[in-house]
Amino acid sequence: MFYIYCPYCGEHREEEEFHNHGQAHIERPADPDSCTDEEWGNYMFFRKSPKGLHHEIWDHVAGCRKFFNVTRDTVTYEIKEVYKMGEQPKVVAE
Amino acid sequence: MSDVKQEAATVAPTVAVMDQLPDASIQGQSPLFHADLATVAKNGPKTGGVTFKEEALMGQITLRLNAENAEQLKAAEKALGVALPTQPLTSVVKGEVSVRWMSPDEWLIVVPGLKAFEVESALHAELSGHYQVVNISGGWTIFKLSGANVVDVLKKSTIVDVHPSVFPVGKVVSTTFAKSSAIIRRSGESEFELVVRRSFSDYLWLWIQDASREFGLVVEA
Repeated sequence: MFYIYCPYCGEHREEEEFHNHGQAHIERPADPDSCTDEEWGNYMFFRKSPKGLHHEIWDHVAGCRKFFNVTRDTVTYEIKEVYKMGEQPKVVAE
Repeated sequence: MSDVKQEAATVAPTVAVMDQLPDASIQGQSPLFHADLATVAKNGPKTGGVTFKEEALMGQITLRLNAENAEQLKAAEKALGVALPTQPLTSVVKGEVSVRWMSPDEWLIVVPGLKAFEVESALHAELSGHYQVVNISGGWTIFKLSGANVVDVLKKSTIVDVHPSVFPVGKVVSTTFAKSSAIIRRSGESEFELVVRRSFSDYLWLWIQDASREFGLVVEA
């Protein structure tokens, strides 16, 4: 079980209140019409599954219902940092 | 949210509002109407560790606005007679009005049922720009739990820590409650208010009866 800090509520809550929405910082192509099939396919379907640091979107569904980002180590399950939408991670893989 | 550009409305918005409970002569039925709590209260025990009361037919209004917009905060304060709590997980009570912080841009306003339309209209009259006011009274009801063992019942039902050191009087959390959800507010040392969904109210009423059986449940009407 994770004990996750919600940056909007300002306190830790149990994982049961949250929902994971997968990889964070996925940028939609600015002009989908000029994308190649490969570029669009990569945007639409392909996700990272790193062994180590991973940036994820989480949603505080049972609480304030806000989305935010979490940097998590997928090996140790340690949460390295939590940051709001629109912010960039401080902890990044080398 | 602050990262979203909000433009002031250039035309006066037209909002359809309806007085959902025009006067007291129309009998309102709370979600626990079928449980006949008045009879349960009359025939049931008068002492016990937990006291249950449904605050039936209260008016609930959800308000969303930009908390960084001082003008909107001022307008909401003027309409409600009390400033919105901008600190996370806090609430304010003034007279018949209580306001719960729900999210950085959302508040739940609770007033007596017959006052809901008045407050809703006042908010529409005062607020301008990008905001939302919705009367959600029909979707929710409020349970008041109190007594010496109220914390024991909550411990069985919810995952949040309700110890006074981290859950002082006035704090509000939205969380899970017995596989359902509730907006829990500590209104006193051993008194909590649960705002619960109408469709889950019967289930939660049964849950609370079961969870408080070992302490003795007193029902107030």
